[in-house]
Amino acid sequence: MTAIGDVRRRRIDELAARAGQVPEGEGGVSLTRSAFRRLRRNPVAILGAVIVLVFLVVAAFAPLLAPRDPLAQTLLSEIRPGFIPGATAGFPLGADELGRDLLSRLVVGSRQSLLIGVVSTVLGVVVGMALGVLAGAFGGWVDTVVMRFIDILLSIPSLLMAITISVLLGQNQYALMIAIAVTQVPVFARLLRGSMLAQRGSDYALAAQALGIKRGRIVFGHVLPNSLSPVIVQATLSLATAIIEAAALSFLGLGDPDLARPEWGAMLANAQPFLSVRPELAIYPALCIIVVALGFTLLGESLREALDPKFRR
Amino acid sequence: MLRFVVRRLLQLIPILLGLSVLLFAWLRALPGGPAQAALGERATPEAIARYNELFGLDQPLFVQYLRFLGRAVQLDFGNSSRTGRPVTEEFLERMPGTIELTLFAMVFAIGVGIPLGYLAARRHGSWLDSASVIGSLLGVAIPVFFLAYLLRLLFAVELGWLPGSGRQEVRIDATRITNFYVLDGLLTREWDAAWDAFTHLVLPGIALGTIPLAIIVRITRASVLDVVNEDYVRTANAKGLATATVRRRHVIRNALLPVATTIGLQTGLLLSGAVLTESVFAFGGVGSAIFDAIFARDFAVLQGFILILAVVYVLVNLLVDISYGLLDPRVRVR
Repeated sequence: MTAIGDVRRRRIDELAARAGQVPEGEGGVSLTRSAFRRLRRNPVAILGAVIVLVFLVVAAFAPLLAPRDPLAQTLLSEIRPGFIPGATAGFPLGADELGRDLLSRLVVGSRQSLLIGVVSTVLGVVVGMALGVLAGAFGGWVDTVVMRFIDILLSIPSLLMAITISVLLGQNQYALMIAIAVTQVPVFARLLRGSMLAQRGSDYALAAQALGIKRGRIVFGHVLPNSLSPVIVQATLSLATAIIEAAALSFLGLGDPDLARPEWGAMLANAQPFLSVRPELAIYPALCIIVVALGFTLLGESLREALDPKFRR
Repeated sequence: MLRFVVRRLLQLIPILLGLSVLLFAWLRALPGGPAQAALGERATPEAIARYNELFGLDQPLFVQYLRFLGRAVQLDFGNSSRTGRPVTEEFLERMPGTIELTLFAMVFAIGVGIPLGYLAARRHGSWLDSASVIGSLLGVAIPVFFLAYLLRLLFAVELGWLPGSGRQEVRIDATRITNFYVLDGLLTREWDAAWDAFTHLVLPGIALGTIPLAIIVRITRASVLDVVNEDYVRTANAKGLATATVRRRHVIRNALLPVATTIGLQTGLLLSGAVLTESVFAFGGVGSAIFDAIFARDFAVLQGFILILAVVYVLVNLLVDISYGLLDPRVRVR
């Protein structure tokens, strides 16, 4: 092996190793409980949580909250070249380029945007974790094969990878989700493997082994649960990236072509030609993306601080 | 060292094989196959059969793949279906633009990012610190093409301060030597052409540099905060070294190590296709070519460009790893 590997790989590994350490002098309080306690005291964490919660509630109750039908072109007759109606009575944010109520589209659009973010991240986490557990639990040649594959995925720039996958799978929402998920798989796999390797040498794992407990039970009952915290942190941060990446793919014409599902990324992309007529058409969906991405990032960063024993006091 | 480089170059082989299978699968995954894609929906069955025969598409898939691979190794990706020119030729013509843009963006990101991150750490807890933290979070959260559009709308369309598209004003008839437009202008002493090409870099460069800027600020700040608490800094202070000396010799030098790697990684990412930013500014580099090719379904260009860019990315990363070993004596190639 080389002493210097890929820098990106090393960074993931460092993260993984650190999360496995058990702090000294804090007997009795479980890591999760003490992390939760610190989270509640952290205003940044609360801000992030509130943002995420608000958007989740909006998405959950979108059909009830949207004042109008997001697909009805009610204001179509008002639109003239170089003019798109702004806020009027009953249309707090005005109409979009096809005369549909912008506010309703933003509200309903939250569903699809969050869904894409969540599904692609969950997919990335599940596949990445499966590969990571495989490599981390078995070691040996399984480890080598899996990690070579992961390294291949890591060494292709993620946007190019996403473009490749979504051209391959065609334009639909599932292709979009899979394309984003593929770019996330290697990060989670590497993270979990590193964190499991750090745990495998720990005293409790050795003790369990000495007691004659089967490998499967040690892996799933002891090592895995203790290796999860960096994955949780990374997943929260990845939600933000996934939503932004979905917007980027929409902009590249590789988004969901189904017009019946408004989505922020597509709204933002479609608004570009009308930017000098009515910049709000792009600004509002962009703001939604930025705020929700910030929410997930704030939450993720404070989770990292809370779960990282280095910050434990 | 040599063994390390060779081994890393050998790792390129599986990467390229994997990627080439995906890219090869593209055309086969299209409804009607590549013939339909090239000839259009109303092509007669005879025409399709003729096309398939002509391009060896009636051969078994495995044979087709090996042929594709064989040509790819010789950097022959066929001709662009949009312009009819060889893909490799187009790539070589456009890459200098992307390199110029990347250089501008990175100089901007480094020039602003490192001082800002350092000051934020020095004044830990001040308003400057909070502002740089919030700013660096925002920089990553903004979709980059949206930022590019805003910059273009404001500074090119509304205020008219800077050009908002292309690499050079059309009316300027500049001599081309290297296709690095700024460099060409300097070499031929066509100063106004060089200046014009430079002004065309500013807006896309700033848009492109935002994400690296945000990341550099964050890493610099975190890294300086880490280093100031190190034992050797305390020792240096305790033995009575001047504060400026401690900062220069111990703090900055050590704190910049992780920053250097970040810079390398980001440069690789930018070089491998600023697809979003370039297309907003119709910049004419590699990125905007990929954008156009996606919309035109110009598969030859997409396949060729993506494969070459993956190689560029891996090579830049290799350089980063090597330079890391040079910068940090603790990490040496074994």
